[in-house]
Amino acid sequence: MAKSGTFSSLHDWLISEDFTSSRQARLHSVYLGWLSLVANPLAFAGFAVVLLLIIVAALAPVIAVHDPFAQDFLTALQAPSATHWFGTDEFGRDVFSRLIYGARTTLYITILVTVIVAPIGFVIGATAGYLGGWVDVVLMRITDIFLSFPSLVLALAFSAALGPGIENAVIAIALTVWPPIARLARAETLTFRHADFVVAAELQGAGTGRILLRHIVPLCAPSIIVRLTLNMSSIILTAAGLGFLGLGAQPPMAEWGAMAASGRQYLLDAWWLTTVPGVAILTVSLAFNLLGDGLRDIMDPRNG
Amino acid sequence: MSMIKAHHLAVSYGHGDNAIKVVRDVSFEVAKGETFGLVGESGCGKSTILGALAGRNRQWNGSIEIDGEAIGQKRTRAQLAKQQLVFQDPFGSIHPRHTIGRTLLEPLEIHGKDRRQERIEKVLTDVGLPLNFRYRYPHQLSGGQRQRVAIARALILEPTILLLDEPTSALDVSIQAEILNLLKDLREREKLTYILVSHDLAVVAHLCDRVAIMQNGEFVEIASRQQLLENTVQHSYTRVLMDGSRGYVAGAHDHLRRRPRTSLPA
Repeated sequence: MAKSGTFSSLHDWLISEDFTSSRQARLHSVYLGWLSLVANPLAFAGFAVVLLLIIVAALAPVIAVHDPFAQDFLTALQAPSATHWFGTDEFGRDVFSRLIYGARTTLYITILVTVIVAPIGFVIGATAGYLGGWVDVVLMRITDIFLSFPSLVLALAFSAALGPGIENAVIAIALTVWPPIARLARAETLTFRHADFVVAAELQGAGTGRILLRHIVPLCAPSIIVRLTLNMSSIILTAAGLGFLGLGAQPPMAEWGAMAASGRQYLLDAWWLTTVPGVAILTVSLAFNLLGDGLRDIMDPRNG
Repeated sequence: MSMIKAHHLAVSYGHGDNAIKVVRDVSFEVAKGETFGLVGESGCGKSTILGALAGRNRQWNGSIEIDGEAIGQKRTRAQLAKQQLVFQDPFGSIHPRHTIGRTLLEPLEIHGKDRRQERIEKVLTDVGLPLNFRYRYPHQLSGGQRQRVAIARALILEPTILLLDEPTSALDVSIQAEILNLLKDLREREKLTYILVSHDLAVVAHLCDRVAIMQNGEFVEIASRQQLLENTVQHSYTRVLMDGSRGYVAGAHDHLRRRPRTSLPA
């Protein structure tokens, strides 16, 4: 690989295992991860799509050529053209602009659910695995109860009880996503529970909190991150499902599931109304799955 | 003055009817600066005694005194810092995702010690590792280097007692001697008291002043190094152990001598 002078010296500095600072040690492992991500074309494609989604969501006002909420009944249900790239919907709103703004909603739901679910799942699972005994039994039976509900039905029940809306959809989805994370965290914790390095920390007087956060988290993190990334596609699908059923984002907010649902009535005349958001959901879900698979190859401790 | 006093110590695993008494009734004293060996076949309870002394196994009866202080089943941080355990397997005893520096910093943080960087540098020098090793991860180190890190981690809290659980059995023979000599040097320099568990009588004779020979959770004999070297041990089981280790060496020797020269591969 031909590289210019600064780049190749940076590359050498990053690849060298002769560390002179802990920052270099950390950058080294990040850089190795990056190299193996680039070497895996499918995972990199997933990463590129997710990155694109983030950029589009961040720059939505710049990219969108029309106001996503501006109604104009004179131009309702127009087919894709040069002015309206993906056509217009039944209120004459530009589908392309709504799609761009919909990326914001999708990203907002995905990130919020992940941020809520990761610590809850980890704390419950790792505590159960580490402490064992009756704590384990109680926490895991609660997890079992949540696991035994079909997730979309549970989410439906919660959004129906809390009232429709995007925040309630987030809470409802979070309630259905945390149990598998807790199970995973418990299983991972059990494999390290009696490892010598954990015993060594205990014999030096480390408390439960310190052992969970400092010793168990770094070991569980890779598989939990992989699982969360793979979960993001199902979060997107559940959010779209709730939107489709009218329990997620409320009009006039742009949300891909709701957009697909409203286009259903005009399916025969205006195919673009359901197809465009549908393809967007498919692409982003697939991207998260590919990225998750790639991350598993990179981060799983059993690979290195 | 005796550093460790164990009186009628019995240790068990499991609860209720399933409880198994692994150590039945042992009493011993270890003087300050002494190295006390525990020898016996697998499963005789030698590591269990170490676990009870270190605070790992809390199901014990009898009394333990460390540095003149009676120890209960639950220990304070200061009591835990008095003795530290060095594990058998250097590949499993260091956190795989922590750099060596992080591993050494951890006990200092737990005990709220000051001058942390200074202490880490001192202990790395003490165990003969270069200072820039603190930025490395365990997978970048050899087995012997890892065992040095494990010893450094045990030493960083400035304990008076090191409990050594077969510290060299997972290592290559040439590295074993290095680690044993390091332990010998450290004992002199830091005025440490050791309890060494091993099934290798050569290791024990190299390091220990006195050796307890264990069978089925009890001591059959406490022998001095002199007795081991002069082969004047009392108990028949000790003789069996000693003959076992010697017979193995002698047998290997005979086998080499008997092999005809002509059949050697070119």
